[in-house]
Amino acid sequence: MNYFVIVDVTLREGIADPEGATIERALPALGFTGVTNVHAAKSFRFEVEATSESAALEKANSLGERLLSNPVIENAVARLAPGNRA
Amino acid sequence: MKRFGVVIFPGSNCEYDAALGVTQLGAEAEFVWHSDTDLSRFDGIILPGGFAHGDYLRPGALARFSPVMKAVAHFALEGGPVLGICNGFQVLTEAGLLAGALQKNRGLTFLSHDTTLIVASTRSVLTSEATIGQELVVPINHFSGAYTCDDATYESLVANEQVILRYRDNPNGSRGDVAGICNETRNVVGLMPHPERAMSTLLGSADGLVLMSSFVSAGIAVG
Repeated sequence: MNYFVIVDVTLREGIADPEGATIERALPALGFTGVTNVHAAKSFRFEVEATSESAALEKANSLGERLLSNPVIENAVARLAPGNRA
Repeated sequence: MKRFGVVIFPGSNCEYDAALGVTQLGAEAEFVWHSDTDLSRFDGIILPGGFAHGDYLRPGALARFSPVMKAVAHFALEGGPVLGICNGFQVLTEAGLLAGALQKNRGLTFLSHDTTLIVASTRSVLTSEATIGQELVVPINHFSGAYTCDDATYESLVANEQVILRYRDNPNGSRGDVAGICNETRNVVGLMPHPERAMSTLLGSADGLVLMSSFVSAGIAVG
């Protein structure tokens, strides 16, 4: 069957995040105070044909590591999206 | 006459500059479509600047899977000189032929202006004819040019003299002011600045000549 999956691609710790920093600097001008530690990330949604949830996640994680992220600077973690049949 | 292959990905846009860069030095240049898989007729390979595959996902992320990249990896393994300029540098890091990665510039600004580079090592196919400490005015033209790598990688790059060019005035947030690096065997080089656009004082600078000339001199036919 098909599983709905999301892969989150985030910057590794210690890697500069100019997008997150720029967003954080813009917040006070918009009246948002008390918002700190802003990080920018990407997420990818897709459907995976697999025989089980764990097989679907394994495939998605492999895809995340090999294509969706650059392991030098990013982590990729797959999770099941809402909407999967129990 | 030495013959250099200039790889064209869908979205490359500096291939003519790169070709002129080698023909001006008396070598031959031939364009290579990214689906080609045989590079055995060449003495050197250039991956030019541009936006290979639209830079979708990440710069170089999809170009890495173009069929030609297997041939480029083989060419490099055999000792053939490979030069990645700007987007070509990004492709080489994504392909794992050079260490580290290129991130969005500090300040998130597209940068297009001259920079001053300092030659940090002459032990590479791009810098062999330069002198250490030599200052070269070469333009940059990029959005994702901030060189990044982890501590261990950076320490080993420095220890092995694989950092070949540094920015005098770091424009983009690159770690250690790194503008260009080479691999351990010194035949694969990548840099964000465009030496092929600094080949004549009529166009602002001829400081790229010594780099392109080093690369052309390094040209060698490989198995």
